[in-house]
Order: sequence, then C-alpha cells, then structure tokens
Amino acid sequence: MEFLLYLINGISMGSIYAIIALGYTMVYGIAKMLNFAHGDVIMVGGYVSFYATTYATGQLLGDNPSETAVGVATLVSVLLAMIVCTVLGVIIEGLAYRPLRQAGSLAVLITAIGVSYFLQNAAQLLFGANPKNFTSVIGGQLSLFDGQLRISNVALLTVVACVVIMIGLTLFTGRSKMGKAMRACSEDKGAAQLMGINVNRTISLTFAIGSALAAIAGVLLCSYSPVLQPTTGSMPGIKAFTAAVFGGIGSIPGAMLGGILLGIIEALAQAYISTQLSNAILFAVLIVVLLVKPSGLLGKYVPEKV
Amino acid sequence: MKKSRILSLALAGALSFSMLAGCGGGEGGTANTPSGNSSTPAGSEETTPVSGGSASGTFKLGVIGPLTGGAAIYGTNVLNAAQIAVDEINELGGAVQFELISADDVHDPETSVNAYNNLMDQGMQILVGTVTSGPALSVVPLAYEDRVFTVTPSASGDDVIEGNDNVFQVCFTDSNQGSRSAQYIDEHFEDVKIAIIYKNDDPYSQGIRDNFAAEAETRGMEIVYEGTFNESTQTDFNNQLTSAQSAGADMIFLPIYYTPASVILTQANAMGYEPTFFGVDGMDGILTVPGFDTTLAEGVYLLTPFSADAEDEATQNFVSEYKSRHNDEIPNQFAADAYDAVYIVYEAIQAAGVTADMSNEEICDALIAAMGDLSVVGLTSAGSEMTWDDNGAVSKDPTAVVIEGGTYVTP
Repeated sequence: MEFLLYLINGISMGSIYAIIALGYTMVYGIAKMLNFAHGDVIMVGGYVSFYATTYATGQLLGDNPSETAVGVATLVSVLLAMIVCTVLGVIIEGLAYRPLRQAGSLAVLITAIGVSYFLQNAAQLLFGANPKNFTSVIGGQLSLFDGQLRISNVALLTVVACVVIMIGLTLFTGRSKMGKAMRACSEDKGAAQLMGINVNRTISLTFAIGSALAAIAGVLLCSYSPVLQPTTGSMPGIKAFTAAVFGGIGSIPGAMLGGILLGIIEALAQAYISTQLSNAILFAVLIVVLLVKPSGLLGKYVPEKV
Repeated sequence: MKKSRILSLALAGALSFSMLAGCGGGEGGTANTPSGNSSTPAGSEETTPVSGGSASGTFKLGVIGPLTGGAAIYGTNVLNAAQIAVDEINELGGAVQFELISADDVHDPETSVNAYNNLMDQGMQILVGTVTSGPALSVVPLAYEDRVFTVTPSASGDDVIEGNDNVFQVCFTDSNQGSRSAQYIDEHFEDVKIAIIYKNDDPYSQGIRDNFAAEAETRGMEIVYEGTFNESTQTDFNNQLTSAQSAGADMIFLPIYYTPASVILTQANAMGYEPTFFGVDGMDGILTVPGFDTTLAEGVYLLTPFSADAEDEATQNFVSEYKSRHNDEIPNQFAADAYDAVYIVYEAIQAAGVTADMSNEEICDALIAAMGDLSVVGLTSAGSEMTWDDNGAVSKDPTAVVIEGGTYVTP
C-alpha cells in the first residue's frame, strides 16, 4: 500500500515535470535551442495566477464568496496566466532569440541563461523576495480502501492535465496545418522556407504554445507545493530539462515518459534508499540511460552527414 | 556531432546547477577565508589614550540579517526591535549613545560577507548579528580577526561562538535547543512516536537534529523515521510525509525554518495526515507567511523564550511600542532577542567603561572582560538572569508555546 502511495506521489510530481518538459522539447525540436528561461516563465505564471486569485477573492467577490465563484475566479486566473506567459514567451523569443537565429548555438544558450536571470531578478523587484503561500483551491482527497490510500485531488488533476495536454499536442503537431509546418521547420528550416512556410512565425508559435504550457505547469506546481518565490521555477525547470533529455529531446511522448519516470525514480529513491541521495540517484540513472541510448528513451537517432 | 556536444554541455550545466543548489546554505568556502583587503575598520584610526572609568560617546552598532528573502521576517524583526532599543537608550540622554546601521544578507553566507564589509566601511564598532547561523559562520571569523565585539541575537549554531572569544549569543545554542526540545517532549507527551524531517545542508537544522537525536536516545524515546531535504528539494515533502505516516509517527519534529515548514503543514493536510508538529525557533514566523492558511498551524508546538502575550510590564511595553511603529504587527522572539542584545551591549559598555573614541580592539577586549560578570534580565529570559560562559553561550531556561486561535499560548 505504501508502495502505491509513493508511486502516486512520483507520478503526480512527474506529471508536472512532464508538462514543463513538453515546453523544452518543443522548442528544442523546432528551434534547436535550449530555452533555459522556460523554468522562469513557470514562475511568472504562478505569480500571475496568485495575484489574480488574491485580487478576485479580496476585492471582487466580497466576504463570503460561493465555491463556484472561487472556482470561476481560479479558472480565469489560469487563463490570465496563460495569456501573460504566451505574450512573454513571444516577446522573449522576438527580442532575445530571433536576432541570434544565424549565430552559433552557444551564443543562444548563454542568452537563454541571461534571460533566465533577468526574469528571476525582475520578479524579485516586482513581487519582492518574500515567499508567498499559494493557496490551492483544489482541496480534499480521494479516499480508497477504507482510507488506507489517500490521493489528493491536486495530484489527480495534475495527472489528468498532463495526459490531456500530451494528447492535444500530439494531435496538433500530427494533424493541423500549423503542426505540419512545425515539423517541417524542425526537419529543415531552409527547405521549409522554400515551401512557403513562414519560419519565424512558426518558431514564435512554438514559443507561444510552450509558454502557455509553462503557465499551466506553474499553477499546478504551486497548487502542489505552495511556496511561491522568484526562484520557484529554476529547480523544477532543470529537472524537467533532464526529463526531456531522458525521454529523448524533441519527442513529445518522450518528454511525457521522461517526466513521469523521473518523478517515480525520485519518489522511490527517497522512499526506499535515501532522501539525501535521491538527486544523485536520479542523475546516475540519467547517465546510464544516455550511455546505453544516447538519444534518450524515445529520441530518434539522426546520423549527421559529414 | 554538433548536436550532441551542445547537449552534453547543457547537461553538464544542469548537473553543476543542481550541485550548487545542493551546497547552498552550507558552511560555504568563504567561512575560512582570511579577511582583510576589502574591510577597513574606520574606528581604529584615532589613537586617543585609554581613558578608563566612565563610558561615553556615540557607538556605531551594525545589524546584519536577512531583510529580504525566505528568512526576511527574522531580519526585519531584529532590525525593528534593535531600533526601538537604541531609541530608548538614546532618549535616556546618558553619556552612551548609539547609532544604528544595517545591511541585508538575504540569509546567504556570501552576501553576508559583503554586508559585513559594507558596515565596516561605514565605521561599525560593535556588531549585533548576524541573525541566522549560516551567514554567521562566514561573518564571525572576519569579526574575530578585526576584533569587532559581536552579540548575535539569534544565530544559534554551536560553531558560531566556538573558538571566537568576541562572540556572545542571546538565544540558546542549537545543542541547547535540540536537547531541550527532546526533554520537553519526553516530559509532556507520553509514549510518542517521533519522526524528524530536517534540512541536511543547513548547519542550523543539522545541529539541532543531532542534539535532539542524542538526547532522545539517552532518554529512550522512540524515533520511527528520519527524512531529509535540501535547498533544491524543499518544495515537495509528500514522500517524507508518506514515510512518516506509514512508520506510525504521531509527532513530527521540525528543526527547520518556517517557509519549508509551511509547505509540510499544507501537504500533510492535503494528505489527511494529522500528527502533532513540534518546531524550534525557526518555526517562529509561520503565522506571517503571506497567503498561508493559518488554521493549518493550529496545535503546532514551538520552543521559544518569548511570547508576546506574556503579562510582565517590560514585554507589554515592548510589544505595544513595536505594534504602534509597525502596523500592529506582533513582534516575534527574534525581535525580543535583538532588543535584549542592544541592552546587553549597553550594560557591557557601562560595566567596562569604554568610550566611543577607543579602537575596535580596545572596545572588544574590554567588553569581553566585562561579559564574564554581567547578568542581564531581558525579555527573553522570563524573569531569570542571563549569564554567559567563556564560550559566549547564554544560560537561561527555554519554554514551549502552542499555537491556538492564531497566537502563541503557553500550554
């Protein structure tokens, strides 16, 4: 029974990693760059949602708001966070990354790290360094087997959201016209342009989708672990990046698989081996996987012509 | 080729990031670096002969603490309370006057060194700080070398005073907190099964846990589970809580600061797990986290020498002055520690008869000599007298409070 509990903890934390990893993997797959600022977009999403719900419950809804009103306010706050993050993602791409489209990948990587620090420090300036406690509106837990197995509703919602997002993204890239354009850009930017695909617009769209996902991940992360501060996104961001590499960067099901496996390994390592060594074990597993399968679990091995 | 090189570079980056995060808050490499180059003690330039006898002059007191960041509530409480004590002393109009200067260390060892150097540049003569133990371990060796007399309100680490004759504590040391917590639990809770969750990259948390565990063992208390976390994993405690619950723990001892503690309380509640939580001075501040549902903290015990609802006149005066200055905010034990720290410095200056134009070294040596015989009754000593041993550790009795109805109540 305990094993099940650990497994559920792992899957729900892993689902959050997976949603974040989807953002990394899409941007890498299409723009061939690592957007290290992704973790900090998550943090921005968390703050937007926090302030929106605080404002709604404090100013708009009066003293004793009904549960539906609070629910609607939360939903609106999530939408608002998605809009703000989408705009932010597109602005970051346009200002920081687009001018470097022809530059070496190292320059883009360093710029991404710079953007990450910029966002953290801007958040510290705007919102203050004091941690905020994000009150999750999704309370309660599901009780199974006479209360022996309790799963918090937040965890359930996280898993469901992750699956829905993954299916949606797979359909989008597989079926829609824009999705096809994305895949074309991912294979060969030059050829895609010759076929009449607007490469810059496609990359912007990728960033927009990735950032909207980051907003959802931010709200879920903060509902699951309620302390919100300017560095909130950085560690989950790094872990999610690891998950993306683990599952095969560039692959959407890979990001999902990598994220969930990462969460499970972390939870089981904490439970049965040592809470102190869990991170070390996590990265050791990653190294072993990359030694055996250098392109990650579901990544495609693309030989490069010399 | 190119692609995999970028990937390995980025992975190496990720690894080293997480390593860094894992080491943050530890003792840090800066602790043992010799000081000097950047710090220039301004007070030492004057060479007035030692006048002995009556104390006089305006002394520059420096406060270093986390004024922003995760432990900000401690730093701001210390600074506000120190200011109240300084204003009271200055209002007396005696020969000894104080000027308060302060710097923010964000509860970070490296920033604290910059804060210290900054204050030394402004001519600090006596240090009231640092507020937390991690930064103190970096600052104290510098203060020792520069001969700056130091009274820390709340840096409770045993290493903070160990081997530094110039450093004195107002709070009890970690060993005292750890063993007293074990003693209190043993005397007030029968046959309790205890789980400990502590932060193993923080000397403060690790120190209290070690002493708690040692005392618990000699008393034959039952510790059923121990879980750790660190700077990079302090957002998710579901696995530790699941382990504690399945080990049958009905009390969780939390020798940690209130920010991760608020996560633990929230996540335990989401799981439907309701043990008794027992914290130490780091738990102080749990009721002030913005957005935190304070009903979750009901029934939480914490070891503290100060409770703002105490009836004695000194406490009442201090609390009402603090509330009138700071929007009805209720001061915590850190504020009380800092208030006492300033008065301890004041008493020591009078006992030693030092003057403000003496060099830092002369002031420091004279005050160290005076501390041996000093006894001060303060807000944090519950009527008893605080005295100090040669190490700089204070002797006074700790008590515990429980959170009921959103305030601290003596159980």
